[in-house]
Amino acid sequence: MMRVEEKTAVRVITGNEAAAWAAFLARSQVIASYPITPQTSLIETLASLTAKAPGRCRFINVESEHSAMAACIAAATAGARAFTATSSQGLLLMHELLHWASGARLPIVLVNVNRATAPGWNIWTDQNDSMSQRDTGWIQFYCESAQEVLDTVIQSYRLSEELRVPSMVILDAFFLSHTAEPVEMPSQDLVDCFLPPWSPEFLLDVDNPAAFGGLLGIDHYQEMRGDLHEALHAAATRVEGVDLAWKELTGRSYGTIEEYRCGDADIVLMTVATASSTARLVVDSFRERGVGIGRLKLRMFRPFPDELLRERLRGKRHLIVLDRNCSYGSNGILFTEIKGALYGLPEAERPQVHGYISGLGGRDLTPARIESMVEHALNHAAEERSVWIG
Amino acid sequence: MTNNTFGTTTESVMHRDDIMGPGHLACAGCGIIPMLRLLLKVFGRRTVVVTPACCYAVVDGPFPYSAIGVPFMHCAFETAAASAAGVRAAFDMRGIPDVNVIVLAGDGGTFDIGFQALSGAAERNENIVYVCYDNEAYMNTGIQRSSATPLGAWTTTTPEQAPKAESKKDIGTIMAGHRIPYFATTSMAYPEDMLAKFEKAKAMSGFRMIHYHCSCPTGWKADSRDMIGLARLAVQTRAFPLYEILDGESWQITVDPEPADLQEYFRIQGRYRHIQPNQLTEIERHLDKEWKTLSRKASAPESSGR
Repeated sequence: MMRVEEKTAVRVITGNEAAAWAAFLARSQVIASYPITPQTSLIETLASLTAKAPGRCRFINVESEHSAMAACIAAATAGARAFTATSSQGLLLMHELLHWASGARLPIVLVNVNRATAPGWNIWTDQNDSMSQRDTGWIQFYCESAQEVLDTVIQSYRLSEELRVPSMVILDAFFLSHTAEPVEMPSQDLVDCFLPPWSPEFLLDVDNPAAFGGLLGIDHYQEMRGDLHEALHAAATRVEGVDLAWKELTGRSYGTIEEYRCGDADIVLMTVATASSTARLVVDSFRERGVGIGRLKLRMFRPFPDELLRERLRGKRHLIVLDRNCSYGSNGILFTEIKGALYGLPEAERPQVHGYISGLGGRDLTPARIESMVEHALNHAAEERSVWIG
Repeated sequence: MTNNTFGTTTESVMHRDDIMGPGHLACAGCGIIPMLRLLLKVFGRRTVVVTPACCYAVVDGPFPYSAIGVPFMHCAFETAAASAAGVRAAFDMRGIPDVNVIVLAGDGGTFDIGFQALSGAAERNENIVYVCYDNEAYMNTGIQRSSATPLGAWTTTTPEQAPKAESKKDIGTIMAGHRIPYFATTSMAYPEDMLAKFEKAKAMSGFRMIHYHCSCPTGWKADSRDMIGLARLAVQTRAFPLYEILDGESWQITVDPEPADLQEYFRIQGRYRHIQPNQLTEIERHLDKEWKTLSRKASAPESSGR
């Protein structure tokens, strides 16, 4: 086994730069992208990295996000490792092709910088852009730190290529995309060791002509979608193996969920992305006051790790769910999803689920705001709907 | 037997390996098939074809069948040029740069919904061959108007009471504005001209585009056996002139036949049955003007204006 410590260097880089470095180190062969705030520094970094390494990657400055995903789909169909990055409106423009990429079982990796959706124009973070893509058949990871972004992009390629499903790696606008942190940079050798060249079973090959994506009748379509569904579910367990392999090389791993002081807690605060760091402070503060609370960070949102969540939340008294998103006319998306998952527990072992929506359009999820959610949950019966916290 | 500018002959091309298989699902008289057969004979087996939603996406056959005989990728309606760029990039990065990457798209996927991707790929001078088979409406969805539908034509969305009031989009001039290395119009009625243009496109690199006038008995409401004749009349009436443009600036009319009567072209197509004499005159005037514009471009000295 490689002695990792001797091979790493630390750089102070932003979340966007970490994503760019990861795509580069993963030897992405085709990168197609279109600029959108706050993703721009990511593709600028990649343009610079790839320009300095001629022959390693084709960087296509396409004329829209829709064409970016189209080019990635085609490149992957032709056997190349493909990457793109976007945000908000750009991801929404790709929506049609997100379905195509997963339906065609292509292991494309996409980094999305979470940004609110217009109108009105708002370049700050929330999760409605990516969470509204939850039914497109993509794996979704939400990251808390620049290091996690870098590691997750590299891990995603391996997971995606093993299962032939695409992955979306997601980070908060500005709080993570533009915040510089020390990041341990894996060496190229280490990444090559973890991520061998992709050799797809099916691809456009002039020596073995085949048609891809043509008419599919009533007798086959449903089975193909069923296969996709199974592959997505398999990712929930396969990710553990990928994470472990990465840990053996780097010492770092993340799991599908990360628990903080949850063991003896009877109240669990559930978060995703950068709010998870703030929530840790809030947990410490309540613990000092004798409240038995822990924090559960959901890293993998698709597939939804419902089995694991049931196991970890079984018998807890309260579950407080923080949603930086809203499914209008329903509730916070995590709130709805976790309630669905917990229905699989006997009623006596189900925690009461309190849902809160806050932090939309970049509103800061300060410790005080998160504390007010906990206070509310401790003093109110669980409500049917998510409660909006201003 | 006709010699083209590259010294090959129509006969020698016709005797080449037929890559396309039988069993496709095209209507009798569909213009796609004879053109595609010749296209593949010229470009050969080291070719990948990318096709968006269009008639050929159906014609190629349902899973697990495919008639085309080369690697074939279906793509979303508006993505043909971007998809071809992705295939090109992948083959180049995998060290297989000698593969021809060809788009085969209808007029809807080219003139309308795929136009943005087309413009982007042309501006980037992607090393692909974009073949638009233009049957002058959305035929696959049942004959709806596209921006390639000619002035005065009936479609299901431009009914007889309100036939198309706008002229066909001038895609050649638009592509010339992108200064692509090669643009050419082709017709099945002039196979020698078409083969010469295919050969010329094959010998070049960068963004090359073939605009093929594709007969459609279903959509044109005409008899299958009249299709080649109609294709010829379209050229003779200058409804679909045959020309080429090099580097966006050097225009050349490649076939300049004796003009034919527009009424004759319209008479055997149901899509023009409603045309009144005054409308015919208006369309003739329009086509004359377009022809004069094209002739002027084709005869302009290269250093004009200086």
